[in-house]
Amino acid sequence: MESITPQHFLFLAFLLFGVGFLGVVLRRNLLLVLMSLELMLNGVNIALVSFSRTSLNLDGSLFVFFIMTVAAAEVAVGLALLVALYKKRQSVFSEDISLLKN
Amino acid sequence: MNIVDLLFYFFATLSVGGGVLMVASRHPVSAAMFMIISLVSVAALFVLLEAFFLAILQVLVYGGAVMVLFLFIIMLLDVGPEGGKVSRIKMLSGLAGCLSVGILIILLLQFSGIGEASLENWQPIQDSEEVVGDSLIFSTSLKNFGYGLFTKYMLPIQVAGFLLLAAMVGVIVLSKNANMEKEN
Repeated sequence: MESITPQHFLFLAFLLFGVGFLGVVLRRNLLLVLMSLELMLNGVNIALVSFSRTSLNLDGSLFVFFIMTVAAAEVAVGLALLVALYKKRQSVFSEDISLLKN
Repeated sequence: MNIVDLLFYFFATLSVGGGVLMVASRHPVSAAMFMIISLVSVAALFVLLEAFFLAILQVLVYGGAVMVLFLFIIMLLDVGPEGGKVSRIKMLSGLAGCLSVGILIILLLQFSGIGEASLENWQPIQDSEEVVGDSLIFSTSLKNFGYGLFTKYMLPIQVAGFLLLAAMVGVIVLSKNANMEKEN
């Protein structure tokens, strides 16, 4: 790798994180919000692995392993909550979840 | 421009493009498909960073398990495409989102040293199987990875296992309650 620097990977990680963040903020479908969250976690994972590779230290890669575990658990619980919500309110759109409003 | 640069730009474009298309697509199923493209290209980037085990895990866990779960739930709930109306609150939160991404990019340009000449970035990996004390050196071998997991990160891996158990029990309880409420 000659011309690819760690900064390239950092910028890519930022792009993935930003796109995922805008998805979380802008989308109304809760399924897509969860998917965008996964995209944000992926951006963070790329940054961690590139730091780990740059400093020749395995700790960053091990953290990525734990982030993947937590993400899998989060997706499972989030989707179960979504299914329970759908059974109650027949909708997965965020504007329909307004029980606490007024 | 050598082949590694070419591969980096190819997969970087693929992952970011897949992400953008995922966020922009109206239908959830096509969004999930774009998400799979993005996740697999992230795995390819892990290969470029010589983290081979993590690349395999990325394909198995994300591309396999998580996305199958997403597709299963999308098809179970039969979610259609979103309607067109955009509320005022959404526009406000879009503005806030763009603002915070802008602040983030300013911070990135300020502190990461993009544009500065940086030499000696990628030192070659020492391929030694032996492990020295508490400092885990980056290595492509699975042995070092497992050694790190079961010595330095012994407690976190047990907590991760417990977290997975708790998530499993939580999912069962959630779906069971939803069913019983429907019967009553």
